[in-house]
Amino acid sequence: MLRDTLASCLRKPFQIFRSRKEKLPSREDIWALKDVSLDIKQGEVVGIIGRNGAGKTTLLKILSKITYPTDGEVYLWGRVGSLLEVGTGFHAELTGRENIYFSGAILGMKKREIDKKFDEIVAFSGVGKFLDAPVKRFSSGMQVRLAFSVAAHLDPEILLVDEVLAVGDAQFQKKCLGKIKDISGGGRTVLFVSHNMSAIRSLCRRCLLLESGKIIEDGDAETVVSRYLQENLKVASGISGRELEIKLEGRINRSHPTVRFKEILLLNQNGTPVSSFNSDEPIKIRVAYECLTEVNNLQLAIFIVDEEGRMILATQNIDSQEEINIYERKAGSYAATCIIPPNIFGEKRLFLSLHLQNPKIEHLILDRVLGFNVTFQGFNTVSADLKDAFLRPDLKWTNELIQDKR
Amino acid sequence: MEDNISLGNLTVIKSPKGWLNIGLKELWAYRELVYFFIWRDIKVRYKQTAIGALWAIFQPLVTMLIFTIFFGRFAKMPSDNIPYPIFVYTGLLLWNYFSFGLSHSSDSMVSNANIIQKVYFPRLIIPISSSLTGLIDFFIASAIFIGLMVYYSFSPHISIIIYLPILILITFLSSVGLGCFFASVNVKYRDVRYALPFFIQMLMFLTPVIYPMSMLGNKYKWLLYFNPMSGVIETARGVIFRNRAIDGLLLLSSIIVSLILFIFGIMYFRKTERYFADII
Repeated sequence: MLRDTLASCLRKPFQIFRSRKEKLPSREDIWALKDVSLDIKQGEVVGIIGRNGAGKTTLLKILSKITYPTDGEVYLWGRVGSLLEVGTGFHAELTGRENIYFSGAILGMKKREIDKKFDEIVAFSGVGKFLDAPVKRFSSGMQVRLAFSVAAHLDPEILLVDEVLAVGDAQFQKKCLGKIKDISGGGRTVLFVSHNMSAIRSLCRRCLLLESGKIIEDGDAETVVSRYLQENLKVASGISGRELEIKLEGRINRSHPTVRFKEILLLNQNGTPVSSFNSDEPIKIRVAYECLTEVNNLQLAIFIVDEEGRMILATQNIDSQEEINIYERKAGSYAATCIIPPNIFGEKRLFLSLHLQNPKIEHLILDRVLGFNVTFQGFNTVSADLKDAFLRPDLKWTNELIQDKR
Repeated sequence: MEDNISLGNLTVIKSPKGWLNIGLKELWAYRELVYFFIWRDIKVRYKQTAIGALWAIFQPLVTMLIFTIFFGRFAKMPSDNIPYPIFVYTGLLLWNYFSFGLSHSSDSMVSNANIIQKVYFPRLIIPISSSLTGLIDFFIASAIFIGLMVYYSFSPHISIIIYLPILILITFLSSVGLGCFFASVNVKYRDVRYALPFFIQMLMFLTPVIYPMSMLGNKYKWLLYFNPMSGVIETARGVIFRNRAIDGLLLLSSIIVSLILFIFGIMYFRKTERYFADII
């Protein structure tokens, strides 16, 4: 088998200035990658996961020859195709047809190759009708589909993919995943960076976990993904202060913030913060927030999600259009409480996401900020799978005799 | 078993040290990209324009007219006894190619920043294709020149067949060399983008575009020998208008200076290109 051998001691610091003489790295330098060594065989499909800033994209950039390692070497056997972004080489003024050619050429295809695959590319993208219109007239979805379609028809021996599945609608994402799966199947070597754990699980046998520039795990995809999820989605009963600020995402009006989360707590019926619940207990969620100015229409939504962020349950503090006007808040600190009744969930680890919104002004998002465990307490028959359902409510069953057979 | 037989198509990526070669082999492998870049630049330039390629004629034509009125007529600039319009147009034609090549190459890295950060190809392709795009404008604008030659009944010496490619080559080498150098510097210091137009304008006055070299007299003429475009324009005029002998020394110094600029520019570019994707 041909071997793709990669690196020994790949390192690359982030130096702002470079003089003619190479400066020796000093203590203040940040190493984007350090002591990264790996070996990938032909035909392996390897996932690369890690938090933002772990070095995943830097690794791909080095393998694509876009940036150079400060130290170390890389050996690659085979043609390399890099998919670091959707729409590389696209120019808004050119037509769809022209962009297929230029983008294909820039990604590494020869004109002959593009001619041959042209019809396939158009068919996959589904933009055939608009091929001769300038791409700036396309909807963003169409642009993305066309761009991905060109890139997907690259035929390299080594394919490097960076997060490109995070585009387009669900249907298209599925198509992309399918296409990447096809490419992987054909004996090509694929390195796949993603935050989409289910994609990693379905495509890759082997997975690398990067953190702060180092490889901290290299092995079976399932194991590595579980480790990553466990470490990043911790189970806890409450969060506040600095930790809360760090986890905050969303459109924040930095110059004039109007609302702020102060503390989130998960409480049992006694009011004690806990992170484990029995399924027959109610779950109380307490959100302490602050309005820094008068807010006309405060909206708070709570989502219970699984580890991938899929919504299991959603609730919000406004139940009808009329109520919207009641939700004025004067400046001050508030606490909103919401009780999830007992006997809703099955045995699962679940996470809490919150959205706090001052519409059109601010939108604060806390994604999977707290995790909690639910242990099923009810009655299970032999078929134990029942308790693993997300929702395992206590529903009323009736039984009546329809016809007496006597 | 196949392992040892066909380890073909090996790429090695290492931290490069020392002065590099130009990478001709790689450039040749990517030659199709040069065509695509030129094709794209031309397409984009003329999309949504009304008169499209005619702009390549419009600019030198109007410049010639205005220069003829103000320099030729009012300022009574000497022109080696050649009618001023065609005299100045010769200069403009070649100068425009040089300045287009230089300004577009210099900005080419920054304006293609998004591609450079996402895909690999030999970066040299970009300044080279920018300069070659200028050649296309050059040929379009020569149409006017031919018209002028007919109008003034000039016919160039047969040796133009040899000289013209050499002159174009000198212009190409100078504009690409300087362009590569400025392109590298521009990545780190965007001042180049603002300083360069000024620099080019000043340089035009240090080139015998609107005046003949004979105007300078021997005391200062030698200064212009350092400018490769002097040789290009003076030689072009010599061959086309046949009013005096070609200054061999001038041409030779143009060739030498352009080669120096080219080699130096490319080497500087190659040395610094590994940092482009990071700083751009």
